[in-house]
Amino acid sequence: MDEQQIPQTRSDPAALEDRAGRRAVWRQALSVGVASGAYGVSFGALATASGLSAVQACALSVLMFTGGSQFALIGVLGAGGSGLAGVASAVLLGVRNGLYAVQVAPLLRVRGLRRVLAAQLTIDESTAVATAQRAPALGRLGFWTTGVSVFVLWNAATLLGAVGAGIVDTTALGLDAAVGAAFLGLLAPQVRDRPALRVALGGALLAAVAVPLAPPGVPVLLAALAVLLAVRPAAPTRRR
Amino acid sequence: MEPVTWAALLSAAAVCFALKLGGWLVPPRLLADPLVRRTAALLPVALLAGLVVVQVAADERALVLDARAAGLVAGALALLARAPFLVVVVVAAATAGAVRALS
Repeated sequence: MDEQQIPQTRSDPAALEDRAGRRAVWRQALSVGVASGAYGVSFGALATASGLSAVQACALSVLMFTGGSQFALIGVLGAGGSGLAGVASAVLLGVRNGLYAVQVAPLLRVRGLRRVLAAQLTIDESTAVATAQRAPALGRLGFWTTGVSVFVLWNAATLLGAVGAGIVDTTALGLDAAVGAAFLGLLAPQVRDRPALRVALGGALLAAVAVPLAPPGVPVLLAALAVLLAVRPAAPTRRR
Repeated sequence: MEPVTWAALLSAAAVCFALKLGGWLVPPRLLADPLVRRTAALLPVALLAGLVVVQVAADERALVLDARAAGLVAGALALLARAPFLVVVVVAAATAGAVRALS
């Protein structure tokens, strides 16, 4: 994480420590931004492959600005689902962003318009970097630098991917399969324990069973019910 | 540019933003409940798993195994080999494209 170097000869150790800490946070923020750029190129390309225009793909990345929801929306629309099913899937995948504020708001302590801006930037990456810092000042720096860096790079990458994919034959290049692999790539890091694995398998099974029975878009929503496989409401005192 | 798609994009974006902002506006106590947090953390897991199945195996109202499934298997192997996200996606695309070109 961030190394706090204690200088031996300089006369202002606290200031130097602070600068080293801030540099470390900037490095984290920028590397997270670059990594999200790689995802963004995929998103732009796959959005085009799913039938969206480049303008629509870019609008999504600017306005929605949350990767999981964006991938879900293009997945459902691309598979022939209704707009409503697409919206519902995107919303369900975006629920966790609402919870990040619990961790980040006390750290940032912003009001008014800055709060609105902070909300738009409240995503997995900015929350993760902010909450990983020991010092609150570094946490605030982490949130803003990561949020802005991801915003800029994610959007630039979306444009690149969308325009790039717009000039190729997406089916011949197997980009529809790539969307499925992208979902798997987003899913895998989140399956860290047995309950999560149960939920993943349950979701897959529910969707598979529902495909012949329900209109396009609905099977994904039914998969959400799989969370019930891991929730144990009768144990309120169990520690997480 | 299809109007249905734009309506879906804009309303989805609006609700997602409302969710983000809502988290900033409601009392933290409401959101700190362990059950709420656990459910919210697992929703993406359930949905993404469903999305994999639909994206790879659904053809209108039928389940089929075609070049997309081959692409997914290749992508899964790349994941197991700890390849980065972009590589996983490219491997899946290349495999599906190759299967289509050869069949």
